[in-house]
Amino acid sequence: MEAVVTNFGMQAAAAEIFLLAAICVILLVDVFLSDSKRWVTYGLTMLTLAGCAFVTVNYAVDTRVTAFDGMFIADPMGDVLKLFTYGTVAVSLLYSREYLERNGLFRGEFFILALVALLGVMVMVSAGSLLTVYLGVELLSLSLYAMVAFDRDSGVAAESAMKYFVLGAISSGALLYGFSILYGVAGTLQLDELAVAVREVGAGNIGLIFGLTFVIVGIAFKFGAVPFHMWVPDVYHGAPTPVTLFIGSAPKIASFVLAIRVLAEGLDAMVASWQSMLIAIAIASMIIGNVVAIAQTNLKRMLAYSTISHVGFILLGILAGTTDGYRASMFYTLTYVIMSVGSFGMILLLSRKGFEGDQIEDFKGLARKSPWFAVVMMMLMFSTAGVPPFVGFWAKLAVLAAVVNVGLSWLAAVAVLLSVVAAFYYLRIIKLMYFDEPSDTYSIEAGGTLRAVLSANGVAVLALGIFPSVLLDLCARVLP
Amino acid sequence: MSTITWPILSVLIWLPIAGGVAMILLGDKGIALGRWIALITTAVTFGISTLLWTNFDTTTAAMQFVEERTWIPFFSSYYALGVDGFAMPLIVLTAFITPLVVIAGWSVIDKRPAQYYAAFLILEGLMIGVFASLDALLFYVLWEAMLIPMFIIIGIWGGPRRVYATIKFFLYTFLGSVLMLVSLIYMYLQTCDAGQCSYAIAEFQRLPLGLNEQLFIFVAFLAAFAVKVPMWPVHTWLPDAHVEAPTGGSVILAAIMLKMGGYGFLRFSLPITPDASDTLDWLVISLSLIAVVYIGFVAIAQQDMKKLIAYSSIAHMGFVTLGSFLTFELMRVNSGDTTGAAMGIDGAMVQMISHGLISGAMFFCVGVLYDRVHSREISAYGGVVNTMPIFAAFMVLFGMANSGLPATSGFVGEFLVILASFRADFWYAFLAGLTLILGAAYTLWLVKRVVFGPVANHHVAELTDVNGRELLVLGVLALAVLGLGLWPAPLLDVMRPTVENLVQQITVSKL
Repeated sequence: MEAVVTNFGMQAAAAEIFLLAAICVILLVDVFLSDSKRWVTYGLTMLTLAGCAFVTVNYAVDTRVTAFDGMFIADPMGDVLKLFTYGTVAVSLLYSREYLERNGLFRGEFFILALVALLGVMVMVSAGSLLTVYLGVELLSLSLYAMVAFDRDSGVAAESAMKYFVLGAISSGALLYGFSILYGVAGTLQLDELAVAVREVGAGNIGLIFGLTFVIVGIAFKFGAVPFHMWVPDVYHGAPTPVTLFIGSAPKIASFVLAIRVLAEGLDAMVASWQSMLIAIAIASMIIGNVVAIAQTNLKRMLAYSTISHVGFILLGILAGTTDGYRASMFYTLTYVIMSVGSFGMILLLSRKGFEGDQIEDFKGLARKSPWFAVVMMMLMFSTAGVPPFVGFWAKLAVLAAVVNVGLSWLAAVAVLLSVVAAFYYLRIIKLMYFDEPSDTYSIEAGGTLRAVLSANGVAVLALGIFPSVLLDLCARVLP
Repeated sequence: MSTITWPILSVLIWLPIAGGVAMILLGDKGIALGRWIALITTAVTFGISTLLWTNFDTTTAAMQFVEERTWIPFFSSYYALGVDGFAMPLIVLTAFITPLVVIAGWSVIDKRPAQYYAAFLILEGLMIGVFASLDALLFYVLWEAMLIPMFIIIGIWGGPRRVYATIKFFLYTFLGSVLMLVSLIYMYLQTCDAGQCSYAIAEFQRLPLGLNEQLFIFVAFLAAFAVKVPMWPVHTWLPDAHVEAPTGGSVILAAIMLKMGGYGFLRFSLPITPDASDTLDWLVISLSLIAVVYIGFVAIAQQDMKKLIAYSSIAHMGFVTLGSFLTFELMRVNSGDTTGAAMGIDGAMVQMISHGLISGAMFFCVGVLYDRVHSREISAYGGVVNTMPIFAAFMVLFGMANSGLPATSGFVGEFLVILASFRADFWYAFLAGLTLILGAAYTLWLVKRVVFGPVANHHVAELTDVNGRELLVLGVLALAVLGLGLWPAPLLDVMRPTVENLVQQITVSKL
């Protein structure tokens, strides 16, 4: 049985409460700052993230603790995911700073929105009821819509924000509709009670399956899985690169946890139903993502399609429906975030005044201009392609092992064959960097911080590839 | 008795890799020093590898110089190393060839030389690791990681169509390997069901598997190893890769990387799926014979020296796969008697080592000519003997070895395999024996057109004979080819217990 610590459970939500308070403070402070003092906001944001990490570590739990009458969960998985998300957001903002300053986007609202999005992720991570889940989803989504449109002079950004908003609203509606049907059949919104109620009603109940279908649509949309992926390339392409970087990282953790909380915890008895749906979605994602990525000339678009295919892999772990599968999926999500942050970081590294650096051609001859960062990008690309000894390989292996373990060897075979297709477009980047001559003579202008963190990011991909146990054991420990 | 108490295999793997990383950090500015670092690292590695041979216990088939450390508890995977009579000679071959590659590139490589040497050093460590792995996951990681430096080597320092060739090389071999990964995972999960999760290759060999499972696993392995060997019809990446690769890349590719396919058959396919191998041996044998005969004819028609040697490699590697899979046929013919069955595997192993030396030497010869004339076309040469007499002597020697002349190493392996196929079936022997004619035809015709005859053009007239560096490389290889040809007994002794053990293993049905 789960231990209920207190009725209010302030401690369980300490990090969220701290973050919310900090957001309000930053919002107030920012109003009184002139543009030249904007770094104070940036500094406060970083301090807030460090503070969140401190609070989370301080109030870390060994077992699952529920609070606010079961609306809120604190568990080891949540703690790890939150800590990882703080790190991701901090690194994203570090990478973004120069770009934002250069393009007149270095404003307080950007950081406020990022922190609110983070709060949304945290609420989703700790959601104990469908209502909390939805609260987190909306908190995150609304911040992201605004962030995409942050560059108000950019028509492309406005267009993609509009698309994102309209499609996102529809999917949120679908999710909410699914939740309401589940509530209608099961009579509860709380995930643990839902799990019991589903068993009583029977997993084959047509109402439940009907509700489940809408929930899956919502989850697939938030993940960006085929056939609900249409927004991904446009938003990734249209948004300012720092925002793309942001969308490509922390929200993936949120999507993962959304699937885990709702499917694996609330609807675990219906595994047979959602497994077959996810199989179709995963295969379609891997096929569309990998094949269409080949045709892209814009790196952000290519990475968008690559994301879609990676989502297929993350879903493979979840659809296995076993603890090992969830662990594998979590490991995949975390490694994907590390690689994704690095890849978009490379675009930010190449960008300079009046030059986005987001065309694939822009990487031509990088090995000449900057041998070290060509190595970093090469490691990131090989890792994303799943070639050992980089960490991306272990993520794929863990997921494949989980899938084979539940007797879906054919699915594993399909997945690995599609990863060969994927290898092609990652190799093309390496080809451009190493085998082609540079087409211009500009050198990299990025500052020391960006260089240092990005280098560390690249080295991490290799180090975690040689010693994957560090992260794997963590995932195994928090998902017992 | 193994008397070495320090982790010799780890040193063999990590020393070259450390040297490679040092080269990258040093950069092109310190290349004068860098070349020496590369040479000393590879030479020391070779020196250490000879300790493997001298301390090798030839009375046992057990793994020697074993190291084991926990690596990834999540997958029950170990950093486990060890060698037996198959792995050890291949490791020594790897350590022997790499310093020669470094010497051969000494003054020839002027484009990003530090990265060039770094790639070869890292590649060497990874290749030794592949042969030394006792853990299937470690094997797979190194097996795939090996593609990265080779991809870079062909892509940066290759010929005009290098990008096409290297991407084809990478995707082809990657495609072959991924299915192997799925079958490794499958077997891993089988060991879990049996109680003790493990990626140890030895555990896989003991694992009871039904015939259908074996067939699936066998086909997955076949995809991986057949591409690597390469066997007909999945050989088409090899001529492209060879033609476009720089000399050193071609040498490593032909001498070592192709051997990994043959090694894979002996280490994985035969012992893990003996019944499937028995059932499907006709398939491998037919593909091998097609490689020997058809590719032999294809080789005759080539206009490009490197392409010709590449096709000749495919034909010669056909003997390796033929020899390995004749075992089942021999046991059927001799109704289960295993005494003669080892001969095919013996032949396959000798052929691998010998082909490593000879094909490497042939590519070095082409490299010597290419560095001077910058053409690989056979028609661009003629009468080289007039201007390069010493070189011509070497080329003729290696040409003879390539066509299997007695007293060269090329003879021993082919002879053993042909002899084994005679015992199995006359027609196998007949088709395999055609190689003696075909091999002689394409090799000697190549030598005739390039080396002999009147001086063809002013390029040939201006040729200078081999310098000391080239003489060293070719001379060392010539000694090795002749040594192994005249006295193959030490190699056979080293392998004997391992071969006998393998034959014992595969005669026991897993069903």
